[in-house]
Amino acid sequence: MLQQTVQACISSDTQLQYILQLADNALILSHRNSQWCGHGPILEQDIALTNIALDQLGQARNLYQYAALLISEKTGITTTEDQLAYLRDGMEFKNVLIAELPNGDWAQTVLRNFLISSYQFFLYQELQHGSDVQLKAIADKSIKELTYHLRWSADWVVRLGDGTKESNARMVQALELLWNYTGEMLEPCDYELPFIATQSSFIKAAWEAKIAAVLAEARLDYPANEWMQTGGKKGVHTEHLGYLLAEMQFLQRAYPGLDW
Amino acid sequence: MRLYLQKNHYGDYGDGHAGGLEQGSKQEGQKEWPLWEVFIRSKQGLDHKHVGSLHAADATMALENARDVYTRRNEGVSIWVVESKDIHASDPDAAAEFFEPANDKIYRHPSFYDLPDSLKHM
Repeated sequence: MLQQTVQACISSDTQLQYILQLADNALILSHRNSQWCGHGPILEQDIALTNIALDQLGQARNLYQYAALLISEKTGITTTEDQLAYLRDGMEFKNVLIAELPNGDWAQTVLRNFLISSYQFFLYQELQHGSDVQLKAIADKSIKELTYHLRWSADWVVRLGDGTKESNARMVQALELLWNYTGEMLEPCDYELPFIATQSSFIKAAWEAKIAAVLAEARLDYPANEWMQTGGKKGVHTEHLGYLLAEMQFLQRAYPGLDW
Repeated sequence: MRLYLQKNHYGDYGDGHAGGLEQGSKQEGQKEWPLWEVFIRSKQGLDHKHVGSLHAADATMALENARDVYTRRNEGVSIWVVESKDIHASDPDAAAEFFEPANDKIYRHPSFYDLPDSLKHM
């Protein structure tokens, strides 16, 4: 558990919540992708996805380090990136639900990455022009990685969507499963509003255009359903996050402060 | 019966061992992706060097795979890929007639000149 003073500091500070939301998205998606390590359909793609997971972990670390620094300054209690990643409970995680869903098959995995990477790609471009210097620096570093993640995942969506009967069927199924989780990314919640209120409609439009273009190329129909799952940004998660955290946080929980 | 023993060296791909598929045999459900050879240029001004091979469904994927497999540690600024079946290799068994005749023609080496001190980088 984080110290109560630290918890109170986070829950009363929109900037911290905003940064942690960005960090949690990167960390949880990274962890899901890392679960493919050693299980990829072919060695080369195993390496590709593991590389991407490492990029995302790097982005998460930068953001947690920034949040930890702010918390340390505000509370006077030395806080670290590890504490933020390993000592918070599920309800304190702010990642969008789509990031925590199980990997499913390869189609579901690449589609999830495509849907999230597209969002991050446009969001981080806005961060590059934002007023927060630290976030700008992190976005500058991340945008090249995100450009590649987007290219790689879009490529796969087209390959499978416009591939064989089997691969197309799997992509259709993945799209059905994931689509209702996409809206949450695009709707800013209360603590995001002060930071991306004006940009969010542009991000949404750019995201929709990108998704529509790639789905068309992949011969997949743009889903019509508009009802969207929400909750992740406010700490209301699916049952899957608990299992994920239990595995990811086990070591620090069982051996607090362990280092190697 | 004569047993044909072929000695394979790293990087040698005779036509009979080329990766990939014969022309016209591509079909739905094929399990193996073709093999590609990867060449990387490490810095501006240097030439592309063969670094290894990988499997990929097409050239785009081969380039991306090469980027992920062979340039993770900042090794390259440019990548070439070529399908292994398109590389025709000299037969290692023919090494004698191919290369040895050059051994005793030392006059082909520029080793009989005294280079002036002012000449560098030779």
